[in-house]
Amino acid sequence: MAKQVMEETFGGYVLHTVPFPTELDEAALAGLKKMAPILIEQPYSMTYLHSYGQDSPFFAGLSNGHLLVSRDPETGYTYGTARGHDMYTGNETDWVEILPEGTVHAFTVCHFGSEEFLPETPYVLVQVEFPGANTLFLARLIGVDPAKASTDWIGMKVKGRFRRLSKFKPTDLYFYPAE
Amino acid sequence: MRTVYAVSGGVSKFAKARPDKTFPALAKEAYDYAIADLGLTHRQFIEIVDGSVASYFSDHFARQLMAGIMIQDYLGLCPKPGHRVEGGGATGGICFQEAWKNVASGYMDVCLAYGFETMSHVATWKGNEFIALASDISFDYPVGGFYSGYYAMMVTRHMKEFGTTPEQMAHVSVKNHMNAYHNSYAQKREKLTIADVRNSPMVAWPLTRLDICVMSDGAAVTILCSEEGLAKLEKASGRRIPRVLVSGIGRGTDAMRMADRPHQSYDDFVKYNMLPSEDTAETCAYYKNLWKHGFRYPGVHSFRAGRMASKQAYKNAGISDPLGEISFVELHDAYTSSEIQTYEDMGLCRYGEGGPFAASGKAFMPTVNYGLDLPDKSVCPVNPSGGLIACGHPVGATGLMQAVFAIWQLQGTIGKHFGDATLQVPNAKRGAIHSHAGTGTYVTVSILEKEN
Repeated sequence: MAKQVMEETFGGYVLHTVPFPTELDEAALAGLKKMAPILIEQPYSMTYLHSYGQDSPFFAGLSNGHLLVSRDPETGYTYGTARGHDMYTGNETDWVEILPEGTVHAFTVCHFGSEEFLPETPYVLVQVEFPGANTLFLARLIGVDPAKASTDWIGMKVKGRFRRLSKFKPTDLYFYPAE
Repeated sequence: MRTVYAVSGGVSKFAKARPDKTFPALAKEAYDYAIADLGLTHRQFIEIVDGSVASYFSDHFARQLMAGIMIQDYLGLCPKPGHRVEGGGATGGICFQEAWKNVASGYMDVCLAYGFETMSHVATWKGNEFIALASDISFDYPVGGFYSGYYAMMVTRHMKEFGTTPEQMAHVSVKNHMNAYHNSYAQKREKLTIADVRNSPMVAWPLTRLDICVMSDGAAVTILCSEEGLAKLEKASGRRIPRVLVSGIGRGTDAMRMADRPHQSYDDFVKYNMLPSEDTAETCAYYKNLWKHGFRYPGVHSFRAGRMASKQAYKNAGISDPLGEISFVELHDAYTSSEIQTYEDMGLCRYGEGGPFAASGKAFMPTVNYGLDLPDKSVCPVNPSGGLIACGHPVGATGLMQAVFAIWQLQGTIGKHFGDATLQVPNAKRGAIHSHAGTGTYVTVSILEKEN
């Protein structure tokens, strides 16, 4: 059996003094090398102003109910996830609208996650394969039982739904089983 | 290019947290061990060493910019040249190779490569968030950024295409934890069963806690030198240093977003990605059949960067049959599934055969009893040290830790350093170390050999 342990968390009493020798004689000074370390909490938070740059139309599209993908004008190679330039020709890609319908190419159920997403567990991540696109799209899948994960989910037909209240994140489009 | 030797190394104790020391002092712990093993004092080594390369992954974890110079300063290497490298999980492997370049190019005769990570400074789930920032923050992270989730998606595809099973993955966990049982440097020294691994809490289906490496505090260093450098070190120490040659390096890259990985044709695979060892009529027919059944390369199930790094390193080291010509591999097993994927990238087996290979026994140590019924004998032990899963993964130190363990294997000194010779690979002549970043974005493979 794996070890049974409680999750360690931060947050405790504020400490204003720590034990220290009352007299700093030679023995006390030498003894400091055996002192246990002081650990202090240092809060750190910030807000970034992130630009989606050339990918912005993709997010604007989601907020208006349109899925845009990127296509190389010369070869027709189509990226399922927006990309400003093609990696083979070096050309600037064109925007193309496609239907948010495809199949599950790969998936997982996250029972844990990064701190930001922990409250949302368990959640399902899928790589969606769109017909006519050469590459995939990472999204959330709802409407499946997270306790019943199975590789049978791969190949499942899925449809996308746009959030009515956009967050301007890729999750403004999410998927559910089509059947 | 000049001949480059890897002559010594040191690894700090890896632990969940090392609040007893600051990161420069952790690096000093590994450094002191490495120079003592050469029989040198600090003053002697500093007279000889020409410069350094520093390795650490995350400025978020350290919350200290310019951390590299703080180690350079603390170790007493100023004003010698140095620089920091960063490439996600492969940072340590890249550091080793940059130190190799410093020596191979003639810029330095003796180069110190050092690396560290202190991941205990934030809570585990915040740490996972920091690591997930190493995925595209516009398209990947906001969807539920979590590396275990990304790797779990890869393996569901691997399972679907090739029939790989969670039990085969669990074999990797049992092997690596059991190996680590004999490695005093390892963070997790546990005797497990397949059932223990599968019954452990589910993290991202099908990966459980025991399929995934843990976060660690730790540091590691290696010392590389030219023939001239070796002569200087031997003159100063008055002893002969065992020759471990770095006979080849290779590196590959791939798209940051897993979704962007190509789904190449068979012809392109043959042209660009096939190993010479796979170029037989039988294997070509095997691959053609995979393509007929929908296999595309690399897709999300394979690491093209790992394949290209291997291909380049094997070419440089003159390896034509990796499984037959490499005595052991220390590879980047951040997940049991990625060890299986990496067997295939490195050509230890063919694409699609990683699952059965994991459970065959071929990658197990001949000297350890795993309590498993393994059909095949040990051929090429993989992660004899216990790998990342059991040793820990203080990112910037990890690739260097692999180099240190490989040096010791090839010197035949595992018993001396681990205090237990069980993990000494019998007749170790040539080892491969493999360091891997992101979802397979940067991968390094370096070949080390015992020189007779």
